[in-house]
Amino acid sequence: MRVTFTVNGRKQEADDVWEGESLLYVLRERMGLPGSKNACEQGECGSCTVRLDGVPVCSCLVAAGQVEGREVVTVEGLADFAKQRAEKSGCASGACGTSLQEAQQWQSKPADSQTGENTDLSPIQQAFIDAGAVQCGFCTPGLLVAADELLERNDSPSDADIREALSGNLCRCTGYEKILDAVRLAAARGENQTAGQGA
Amino acid sequence: MDFLRPASWEEALAAKAEHPTAVPIAGGTDVMVEINFDHRRPEYLLDLNRIGDLSEWEVGEKTVRLGASVPYTKIMENLRREIPGLALASHTVASPQIRNRGGVGGNLGCASPAGDAHPALLASGCEVEVESAARGVRMIPIDEFYLGVKRNALEPDELIRSVVLPKADGPQQFSKVGTRNAMVIAVCAFGIALHPETRTVRTGIGSAAPTPIRAKEAEEFLAAALDEGGFWESGAPIPPSVAKQFAQLASGACNPIDDVRGSAKYRRHAVGIMARRTLGWTWESYRGNERSAQCA
Repeated sequence: MRVTFTVNGRKQEADDVWEGESLLYVLRERMGLPGSKNACEQGECGSCTVRLDGVPVCSCLVAAGQVEGREVVTVEGLADFAKQRAEKSGCASGACGTSLQEAQQWQSKPADSQTGENTDLSPIQQAFIDAGAVQCGFCTPGLLVAADELLERNDSPSDADIREALSGNLCRCTGYEKILDAVRLAAARGENQTAGQGA
Repeated sequence: MDFLRPASWEEALAAKAEHPTAVPIAGGTDVMVEINFDHRRPEYLLDLNRIGDLSEWEVGEKTVRLGASVPYTKIMENLRREIPGLALASHTVASPQIRNRGGVGGNLGCASPAGDAHPALLASGCEVEVESAARGVRMIPIDEFYLGVKRNALEPDELIRSVVLPKADGPQQFSKVGTRNAMVIAVCAFGIALHPETRTVRTGIGSAAPTPIRAKEAEEFLAAALDEGGFWESGAPIPPSVAKQFAQLASGACNPIDDVRGSAKYRRHAVGIMARRTLGWTWESYRGNERSAQCA
């Protein structure tokens, strides 16, 4: 069957999708977006976490046919998604979003450590790098999507809030302390940014 | 495999009537696991995501009508006051990602004895609203819903539309044993609801029998003890001997098995402990409420 849905702000189409196929499979194997990781295939590990109509879900547990006409944000589109959100610009022009080609070629380009310029990363991605929260990196995309959503809802989360929000994401390297550090760092930077703006 | 995408409830019922083997999929948190692991190859998948009604709830005067696909996250956020037992149980479901997708309809449809919603549903005394194109709506009392391991009272052409829960008229609690806080299939679980209006207590036990069950003897014993001692009026503390007997009877209601998650012996023991503790929590809350009600 054919499935048409929005991925990272752009309309996409997948053909010859098997009816029992998961959204994760469509993203990885049909659209060439391997950012969402395939590990447990049972919703246990959270490494395939994406936003479905804004809600964080395990893409391995969403049937491809269920996303027809809906909006998905993957880790490849997270930087642009965060940018749009920060600018509160919406997408009237239709020029925003991340194209499939851009997403497929996406590479982590952290900000220059001296100047803080040249950043193509969302604040949470930059914070993960700066806090050393990436070890083998396999769980990172799912954690980024989940952590970004937490900070969207709650800009100054307590440690308990962070643990709860990330409780569906496993890190087999067990680098949880640095991951918590990264979320705290992103939250603190967010507060600094809005300080004095009455936000 | 065919993927059926009804746009309305009527279309869904028609599809289920035409293809009784169709497997309904809403949150997908059970069905997709089975498909991903090749444990199941249904002929038809019946997607319920496009039926908006299923994700809505209505708070009435006496009841809450909870759509089958209302995600656990929404229950936690919105219905804590009306149906506290289920809201507490919802908190313990898997992880945020799963709670964003899964709902009570899936727990009921799968009818696994380990489903987290069951103890709270049993304790609340709810009814399950099911419907077929041929015979219309049928309200199944929760006590008659679970028939066996992963078997329920649904006919092949029926779909679960909602659960109608009485609004809480007293404190409710839920407790669950597992190896960690998140992503745990219950080793065993216990739900309790005090119903001061009818002077009754209802319970629910998960993962300690072939189906979710109530501890009926424990309920009857406790109701009689509370009544005879005038506890509902006095709000006096429950004597340890009563709590102990309640716990023992709850333990005795179990018919558990040994499996990878825990032994039968452990489950019986743990259910007794949870029964005693949750009784303590709810009763303290009842006493607190009574006192503040008197002060007001």
